[in-house]
Amino acid sequence: MSATTTAPAPPSAPVENHVGKAGADTRISPRAHVRHTAALVRRNLLWIKADMESMIDAVLMPIIFTLLFVYVFGGSVGQSLGGGRDEYVQYVIPGLMAMMGMNMAMGVGTGFNQDFQTGVMDRFRSLPIARSSVMVAKIVVELLRMLVATAILMIVALIIGFSVESIPGFIASVGLAMAFGVGLMWIFLTMGVVMKSAQAIQGMGFLVLMPLQFGSSIFAPTKSMPGWLQTFTDYNPLSSLADAARGLMNGGTPIAHDVWVTLIWSVALTAITAPIAIHKFRTKT
Amino acid sequence: MYGMTEIDNKPQRVTGGAANAVSVRGLVKHYGETKALDGVDVDVREGTVLGVLGPNGAGKTTLVRCLSTLITPDSGSAFVAGYDVVRQPRQLRRVIGLTGQYASVDEKLTGWDNLYMIGRLLDLSRKEARSRADGLLERFSLTEAAKRPARTYSGGMRRRLDLAASMIGSPAVLFLDEPTTGLDPRTRNEVWDEVKRMVGDGVTVLLTTQYMEEAEQLASELTVVDRGKVIANGRIEELKAKVGGRTLRVRPADPAQLRPTAAALDESGLTGLATTTVDDETGVVLVPILSDEQLTAVVGTLTARGITLADIATELPSLDEVFLSLTGHKTGETQDAASTRATDFEEVAA
Repeated sequence: MSATTTAPAPPSAPVENHVGKAGADTRISPRAHVRHTAALVRRNLLWIKADMESMIDAVLMPIIFTLLFVYVFGGSVGQSLGGGRDEYVQYVIPGLMAMMGMNMAMGVGTGFNQDFQTGVMDRFRSLPIARSSVMVAKIVVELLRMLVATAILMIVALIIGFSVESIPGFIASVGLAMAFGVGLMWIFLTMGVVMKSAQAIQGMGFLVLMPLQFGSSIFAPTKSMPGWLQTFTDYNPLSSLADAARGLMNGGTPIAHDVWVTLIWSVALTAITAPIAIHKFRTKT
Repeated sequence: MYGMTEIDNKPQRVTGGAANAVSVRGLVKHYGETKALDGVDVDVREGTVLGVLGPNGAGKTTLVRCLSTLITPDSGSAFVAGYDVVRQPRQLRRVIGLTGQYASVDEKLTGWDNLYMIGRLLDLSRKEARSRADGLLERFSLTEAAKRPARTYSGGMRRRLDLAASMIGSPAVLFLDEPTTGLDPRTRNEVWDEVKRMVGDGVTVLLTTQYMEEAEQLASELTVVDRGKVIANGRIEELKAKVGGRTLRVRPADPAQLRPTAAALDESGLTGLATTTVDDETGVVLVPILSDEQLTAVVGTLTARGITLADIATELPSLDEVFLSLTGHKTGETQDAASTRATDFEEVAA
């Protein structure tokens, strides 16, 4: 059976009346980028509105974690801090705030992965928008969820006797936690694109996050840990974040080093993983 | 790779003076060992509907995904509305609409929110996006369901919302990838009507389908693909004429004459190697013929035998028959090893 006859034709523009359209591809202006991201943020907020249960983690996690840690470990850890439960409240609340970003970040990855199971991602990818808009919108919404969780954490903390020594310090520590959270979210977004199922991301996330969270200074001082573990916790960026947040809120201890370490980690994580995530998203078939 | 020389020396075929809205030459896309597209040439003239017909795994979806910039071809060239799919993807995305095999709407959002969001993503102002959403919901008879989440929609409503979403940017070229797969016949007709209306508005459409009936309903021209290759193309009538001749339906006035009629024609040797078929249910004899002379001879033979005819009609072969004679296997046939391999591929690509 003969197929189409494609005789070699003279060199010319592809189609006569579209010659004017030849040339370099257009770029998406920063303003358009912001507009697209805003439209996608609105989409993700409508999801939350349609399904308020999806906020349950942001609402309950800070309450449950605070009560568990303060009342289960608070007494004994507080003693070793040279005080009691009140001492521990001052210690653990800034740490919990640092931890919140991690658990939220995992949600971004699983949510993004679920998006791929539906046809809507094909529609986004066939629209004249930057692929990164879809991801940035996810991050913006997750940061908003993080703010809600932080607000609830602070309400619970204040009720059980936490005192914020420095308001600017508190605001700075929220900013620091969010910056670090963004870095983690890019890692999970990459996993969301690359890995096959949301369950796989969740499983993997727990395996990585649990040692990072507990092998840090978030929940307890590292002084009593064995040497090898202390080496790990010293290099664990979560320790730096928790110590920085503690110093910023409670005052007293020098924090410049921890703030810098956290900032460098945050910037490095984003700088390395964001391009990978966007590239993987762009070339996903 | 996508060669420079190919761009500079691009073949073109402009039919009847009208420009091609879609022009594809030698498009290749491999997935490992599987050649999803193995050197495909396709043209769609502006303002027309091209049906791309083929069984599962023929490469139809891969073609649409290449043309809508969702995947990058390995080699060959493809232009949509004059834009290069590889070099000008952003400009290209501005002039196309895409309706995938599975409805690509956000199930959690309402119909209205879906359309408004896409309007904003296509750089419409808030006001424009709002009125466009209202207008399209009205046009696709979804106004009443506008405020309900898309997941509560029926299959047909979802497809209509999907079509509406594809129309927001007033695209010059619309890709419909199996738009009615999985729909019941009534809903299928609804979708066909909507597509016909869009075509009436002057949109160029490239439609993939496994249904012969769908191609006949919607397309003026047809490209038949099988295992990543184009095996035929042309106007639907041309294709039919090309593949085997016509069938003559002869109805004797007296049903008792059905078998004598068939016997007379078989004895006459008019039909060559082919033989007549008797359809008792409808009371006709089917006679394969290749020329007008044979038609006259059939009538002559029967008149000589004194058989009176109540009705005589010629019909073109169905597209199923066209496909069978072009590919040597039936549509949807998967026993054949090669075709099975191709079917496996489409699942990978989906």
